[in-house]
Amino acid sequence: MGLAVNLELKHSVLCIRLDGELDHHTADLLRSQVEDYLKKHTVNHIVLNLEGLSFMDSSGLGVILGRYKQIKNQNGEMVVCAISPAVKRLFEMSGLFKIIRLEEDEELALQALGVA
Amino acid sequence: MRNEMKIQFSALSQNESFARVTVAAFIAQVDPTVDELTEIKTVVSEAVTNAIIHGYENKATGMVYIEAAIEEDTIHLTIRDEGLGIPDLDQARQPLYTSKPELERSGMGFTIMENFMDEVEVISEPSYGTTIHLTKYLTKNKAMCN
Repeated sequence: MGLAVNLELKHSVLCIRLDGELDHHTADLLRSQVEDYLKKHTVNHIVLNLEGLSFMDSSGLGVILGRYKQIKNQNGEMVVCAISPAVKRLFEMSGLFKIIRLEEDEELALQALGVA
Repeated sequence: MRNEMKIQFSALSQNESFARVTVAAFIAQVDPTVDELTEIKTVVSEAVTNAIIHGYENKATGMVYIEAAIEEDTIHLTIRDEGLGIPDLDQARQPLYTSKPELERSGMGFTIMENFMDEVEVISEPSYGTTIHLTKYLTKNKAMCN
């Protein structure tokens, strides 16, 4: 099983929806798709929706941190939503919640960024 | 009774999923909890990814070897490569340390292995490769429905 990446721009917020497994193999796909998108569009913030993610390891943490740094460099924010208990453990272990905000679902994530 | 299996495969990133799913399927016969199965899949993914990225530096000619054994409620995993080896093990095992920040590595691989398994032993020798022994004791007091 691979990874499907769905990208949608909502009021200058890029919603990244992941479906499948995020590991070293699929992390490259996610990075290149998001980087391409950021080059072509004006994006202020990122919402990362992990509702459909069935597996993630430390390679996922790396690529998420990479996109966080990218949007941070443009003075934007990243909000993560709909994460499973397993993925939440990895976020907690790595301290990612200190810099990336967590919300229940995409709607609340967009509200947190003031665009819904 | 000890029950064992061995697999070996090319050091290709598309085999990371194959490796963790295969080990999980083998372990599934002793009825681990969903959490335990997720933990085992995650550590296999970490160790195999390390072998591919660091051991072989993405050269697909390398081979990754996995041995898994079930002994009562104990799971033994050995993940081995014949790659470059780890020059400084203590440094490699530090949380958030990575030798390859340019590849967006999080440096959490060993930390995750240590958190998800009961025993982690790493043996590495420059230019001979790295062997990781992982042990997990499954929770014994599960409700039996069969």
